[in-house]
Amino acid sequence: MSEEVLRTEHVSKSFGQVTALRDASIRLARGEVLGLLGDNGAGKSTLLKILTGFHQPSRGKIYFEGKEVQLKSVSHARALGIEPVYQDLALINELNVYRNMFLQREIMYGGPLQILNDGAMRERAKEQLKQMRVNIPSVDVEISKLSGGQRQAIAVARSVYANAKVLLLDEPLAAMGLKESTMILDLVRHLKEKGDVSIIIVAHNYAQIFDFCDRINLLQNGQITFDQRTENTSVEELTSLVVQEYRAARASVKPPASK
Amino acid sequence: MPGDKVDSLPPQPQLARRSERPSLARRVGLFLLRSREASIAIAAILLIIYFWSTAPAFLSIGNIANLAEYAATTAIIAAGEVMVIICAEVDLSAGMVYALAPFVMFFAHQAGVPFVPAILLGLMVAAMVGLINGFITVVLQIPSFITTLGTLFLINGFTLTISNGYPVQPKGTPLVTDLFGGNPISQISWAIGVTLALQFVLVKTRWGLYTIATGGNLVGAAEVGIKVGLIKVGNFILCSTLGGLAGILDAFRISSIDPLAGGTDIMFMAIASSVIGGTLLTGGSGTIIGAFLGAAVLGILKNGFTLSGVSAFTFDMILGAAILITMIINVRLSQLRAAGRVE
Repeated sequence: MSEEVLRTEHVSKSFGQVTALRDASIRLARGEVLGLLGDNGAGKSTLLKILTGFHQPSRGKIYFEGKEVQLKSVSHARALGIEPVYQDLALINELNVYRNMFLQREIMYGGPLQILNDGAMRERAKEQLKQMRVNIPSVDVEISKLSGGQRQAIAVARSVYANAKVLLLDEPLAAMGLKESTMILDLVRHLKEKGDVSIIIVAHNYAQIFDFCDRINLLQNGQITFDQRTENTSVEELTSLVVQEYRAARASVKPPASK
Repeated sequence: MPGDKVDSLPPQPQLARRSERPSLARRVGLFLLRSREASIAIAAILLIIYFWSTAPAFLSIGNIANLAEYAATTAIIAAGEVMVIICAEVDLSAGMVYALAPFVMFFAHQAGVPFVPAILLGLMVAAMVGLINGFITVVLQIPSFITTLGTLFLINGFTLTISNGYPVQPKGTPLVTDLFGGNPISQISWAIGVTLALQFVLVKTRWGLYTIATGGNLVGAAEVGIKVGLIKVGNFILCSTLGGLAGILDAFRISSIDPLAGGTDIMFMAIASSVIGGTLLTGGSGTIIGAFLGAAVLGILKNGFTLSGVSAFTFDMILGAAILITMIINVRLSQLRAAGRVE
């Protein structure tokens, strides 16, 4: 559990005059589930986008598996094993489940025509989803026919199948009902039990994900203000921290720095 | 209309309905709704029966050949348009390339190039136009409607300039003429060949998969690493080349190359065929076989009404109505599909 996979040191990001992220240092151990919490505009998506290689930090360093790395692009980060699952999921509605799962990693018959081996992709997709205990009617249905939770599960399964070492889940429970949230959280718990993938869950609703995290980091106004193992804190403590933040924001004449 | 409430229905009643055994009529209805090709094929058969009953000459060998030639040209261009439209783009210039490519071939041949390389040269120039369309659309980020509207006029002017506005007569060797549209069987064979080949590419190859992904979710496809620009440019090249091929085939068939032939008329016919065949202009979904059948239906309508003595003016009204009705049905269908009623 203690082997480190990903670490940032004093990472900051400014967009012109606005500092979106200030001196953020996080660390992630192998198999660990880290909850990255914070209000809208606290800097969660900025930090996430730095980890996916989408943004480059203005200052600070990133270490992956002990070595300093400069994540030049999304595909670079992905090649290292850092797989983002975006809120928009990057699924193609018009394609069926297994073709989505193998998008960009298609199994093909040899030859210049690049003919798709649908049979092999169908079987492996079935197998992978079964292993991950993802329940969908069939791998042959179009993605557009699935529920939000099922789509999210497919996107996660796709990243795991890509040999993700670090999985970045951006608001995986946003706009999802209770039943669907349960399905996603079951999936996260299952991945955690297997223990070969580390997960960062970005969320603003901490009560929902609290039990599934090993550690909680709280981002406020672009800074990590809180870092505790889950057993040493509670939903109540987080609530009181957030309430304090709101009170401080209301007390100050100037509205809190956002974005 | 009861269908209007579909979107807001909770999922439970649908589950209940699905467990009942649907009636035969409902199952046939569902099959037609699911398979766009089936419904357009049935429309074609009904039209054939109708015109055959009103004008028996409709099914004479001569007329069938006539019909096949007309539909074949449109179908070849439509096949390319479908690929571009699935990318959520459109190519308005294909009809002008139809006129340009045979002139390139003709002048190359006059300059001493044998016919087959001359044909290839014509196709290469057509492909170049597609490359330019794709480059302006993808790299310079001009909407393809505007890009190809520009190249439409450009190419038309260019063709008129190099031809001085006069038609020319290509005199191919008998074999070349027979292979490239001169023989009545040849052109429809090309159309069927192109249709089947591209349908295969669309549903069974990586190129087709990426084409659908590009048009279905441009941002998502780029996020997973698909080179969406390359896919678009490739399909523009394909569409333009097929426009050139159709023009060359017609040149040998009619043994005349007219700088005013094709143009916007054949381009709109090709796009209409695609749409009637079930390709959505919003991208992400389409069928080449559907476009072939769409071209057949348009051909049957035009030919049938001509035989029955209906004027060209009336035909345009019917064509317009056919496009509108098909589009309305298509949109309703995709709403129903989204609501989970039609699987």
